[in-house]
Amino acid sequence: MQWETVIGLEVHTQLATRSKIFSGSSTAFGAAPNTQASAVDIALPGVLPVLNRGAVECAIKFGLAIGATLNRVNVFDRKSYFYPDLPKGYQISQLARPIVEGGALKIVVGDTERTIHLTRAHMEEDAGKSLHEDFQGMTGIDLNRAGTPLLEIVSEPEMRSSAEAVAYARALHTLVTWIGICDGNMQEGSFRVDANVSVRPLGQAELGTRREIKNLNSFRFLQQAIDYEVRWQIETLEDGGRIEQATVLFDADRGETRMMRSKEEAHDYRYFPDPDLLPVKLDEDWIEAVRATLPELPVAMQARFQNDYGVSAYDAAVLTGSRALADYFETAAKACGQGKLAANWVMGELSAALNKAELDIAQSPVSAAHLGALIARIQDGTLSGKLAKQVFDGLWEGAGEVDAIIEARGLKQMSDSGELEKIIDEVLAANPKSVDEFRSGKDKAFNALVGQVMKASKGRANPAQVNERLKAKLQ
Amino acid sequence: MPETSLSALAAQLAAKQISSRELAQAYLDRIAALNPSINAFITVDAEKTLAEAAAADALIAAGQAGPLTGVPIAHKDIFCTDGWLTTCGSKMLHNFIAPYDAHVIQRFKAAGMPSLGKTNMDEFAMGSSNETSYFGAVKNPWNTAYVPGGSSGGAAACVAARMAPAATGTDTGGSIRQPAALCGITGLKPTYGLVSRFGMIAFASSLDQAGPMAPSAEDCALLLNVMTGFDPNDSTSLDREKEDYARDLDKPLAGLRVGLPREFFAAGLNSEVAAAVEAAVTELKKLGATTVDISLANSRLAIPVYYVLAPAEASSNLSRFDGVRYGYRAPEYGNLDDMYSKTRAQGFGAEVKRRILIGAYVLSHGYYDAYYLQAQKIRRLIADDFNAAFKTCDVILGPTAPGTAFKLGEKSGDPVEMYLNDLYTIPANLAGLPGMSLPCGFDAQGLPIGLQLVGNYFSEAKMLNVAHQYQRATDWHSRMPTNL
Repeated sequence: MQWETVIGLEVHTQLATRSKIFSGSSTAFGAAPNTQASAVDIALPGVLPVLNRGAVECAIKFGLAIGATLNRVNVFDRKSYFYPDLPKGYQISQLARPIVEGGALKIVVGDTERTIHLTRAHMEEDAGKSLHEDFQGMTGIDLNRAGTPLLEIVSEPEMRSSAEAVAYARALHTLVTWIGICDGNMQEGSFRVDANVSVRPLGQAELGTRREIKNLNSFRFLQQAIDYEVRWQIETLEDGGRIEQATVLFDADRGETRMMRSKEEAHDYRYFPDPDLLPVKLDEDWIEAVRATLPELPVAMQARFQNDYGVSAYDAAVLTGSRALADYFETAAKACGQGKLAANWVMGELSAALNKAELDIAQSPVSAAHLGALIARIQDGTLSGKLAKQVFDGLWEGAGEVDAIIEARGLKQMSDSGELEKIIDEVLAANPKSVDEFRSGKDKAFNALVGQVMKASKGRANPAQVNERLKAKLQ
Repeated sequence: MPETSLSALAAQLAAKQISSRELAQAYLDRIAALNPSINAFITVDAEKTLAEAAAADALIAAGQAGPLTGVPIAHKDIFCTDGWLTTCGSKMLHNFIAPYDAHVIQRFKAAGMPSLGKTNMDEFAMGSSNETSYFGAVKNPWNTAYVPGGSSGGAAACVAARMAPAATGTDTGGSIRQPAALCGITGLKPTYGLVSRFGMIAFASSLDQAGPMAPSAEDCALLLNVMTGFDPNDSTSLDREKEDYARDLDKPLAGLRVGLPREFFAAGLNSEVAAAVEAAVTELKKLGATTVDISLANSRLAIPVYYVLAPAEASSNLSRFDGVRYGYRAPEYGNLDDMYSKTRAQGFGAEVKRRILIGAYVLSHGYYDAYYLQAQKIRRLIADDFNAAFKTCDVILGPTAPGTAFKLGEKSGDPVEMYLNDLYTIPANLAGLPGMSLPCGFDAQGLPIGLQLVGNYFSEAKMLNVAHQYQRATDWHSRMPTNL
């Protein structure tokens, strides 16, 4: 039987506000346990939440960026369950009236572009952390994270493979960091993914029973966990078993998902509107003021890159993989006036070097302005592609400005035809055998002669010019 | 103990006829003498009180006194008080010392009013008799075999016995007004949102409101001036211009339209209470008021609605008492779930548990629409009734409670019988309206009777005016128990 995989993702993004969503405590990562937990965060008797407008503005930005509906009146609800790192015994979240509904995100898998629709995005507070390792036989509670603002972003179950799920998660990651509402740091838990996975016989309209894989904190784990889960579900069904609705965890060491709780053990969260908080009202002025702070979005920028710089749709998509990369490209392209060449260099030489050094675009030792200057020297014929790579190496090492490196290392392409003529004459004189072979019809000999000329010029000769002059001399 | 109003005490302090320390000491002495038989206080700390009084004396000496600087006050043990035990009447918080002051406490401190201590109350403000307190029942000063009402029973009793010149209370379904009525004092629950709830331990957040309790309406007006004001720490606090609640006290009542809801004078009302309230209406007419028959038809549903909504919110508000971070934790337990259930089973009393169970039930999956949502709709209808009524009258008048104080233990075995005590007070909480109770007579056994005024939103000054004019014409509010 042929099976179809159905995936929907719920992504918790930590909003990049300085203070918590309902208190003035700092949200900075890595402080000593419980040093960023105020009376409100630890839920002392009598304390009350006060909404951080900055968190609401992050949610508005997101809604605008995905073309969603912003609910002009949205409501915070209490979601109740007992756990030691949940100080109030309830989490303040949004159930019935979330701030964002609908919207869509474009993803590209291979050559195929797809649109994934979003169900909703809602604001909520994070819980604290339970530390089971550090205390023998006991559990430590760190409430620094309690009350950190989150935007939970829920997709429709529209993805059909782990590759699509990863592409969606990456596109979402790009967007939330692009618009500056999330730092995107997955190691620190700023971007956590839950995957709802089910399978069904291909062609069946009805969805299969889903299992939810919780808390995947890397794209690789997302892919592995879904692949494992899909295999497991298909095998189970093909062996005549049934899938029970459940929440599972991914064990990265063993590459397996394992049951956390069944549907029967699922909580009754007893949601109801939080009487301590007024409904959040968004007026048009506020929305427009937030809209004015939005940067140009990836989709708009892709269209502009194709238009202004003549790059392909694929290249435009790659170049807008992050705002830093897009900004880098555009700076370089403007500096040299050569969009396509700049795209090739950014996606080719620069990306390769960065990958090799495990550096981010923001950490690139070669600045966009330098790369632009380098490309300009290719364009004006000063440098050949090959020489340019040597100059690039110089820039990477921090050897100075482009022209200074060219000068210091003698990398200027030979523009004096007299000098080239002289070298060609010398090479022809020194290689009579190759000259004879060429004249007797062996084309390969010509290439050998070109190589000799280039070598003798230390790579500075213009290859096209060498070809042309050599041919003329041999005829 | 001098039988004096807050304004008279303030005048004596300002004239340096008495110091705040001397005044505080006099009240502390009376507390020491009477509290063993009344049990109105959970915590008394003479050293702290006298230190605060000394600070007030310094302010007076420096010419920096406000209108009530140096006048001491007792605080309900529901308000968090920096450095004082704050128990909320529960074993769950029997050892909890708050690291901060509630907004209301901050305001009284800023006004230079020393605290006389923390008053007893029904556990987590759940009760109408003060019998649910972990620290024992409070006795009614008029007859110690009777309850003082609740949940602000300690506050009402300490004022009635003049162990304090005034007290703070809180009112979720009548917890200021009903004990004020049963103890023969004046108490006011302001419009919801006028007094910050920050630092006031939550029972039912959408209903809870703090207010003043004192012998007279004039006293309450002065206290309200201290208590009210916008607080950015409470999202439901109203950002309004500050007003002087005493400004209209002396206005004549000519032309006042008093609405009499026929449902509040129907079956179930004790005849002595009815007679006293009707006599008060006659008195107001003499002062120039006219009466209007009104109907609050949906108020008959107030108790069932309240006993869905208040427990729903309470079940959630009380979830934080889990033994993890503060308060009581069961001494022995197996695993985490066992720690939770033992801690909460041992830390909460029966009434609190009953309401948590009701609340969790009405919010649970499959019941939410039938109970919680339905109750919210009726809540709106009850508020609509009031809105319609205030088109034809300025203030609504009726009994505060269906009867006078009952004997200790008389109703504690029957929760529904107990809940009916708040029949007339709950509608104002559901609508968010201001309500007050003031003394209007005594029954044959010498137990006080209270009448209730309910005003439109933000009409506290008008209500206080009506009450003050009534109190100028009568002396019910200045009578004191003589048996102590």
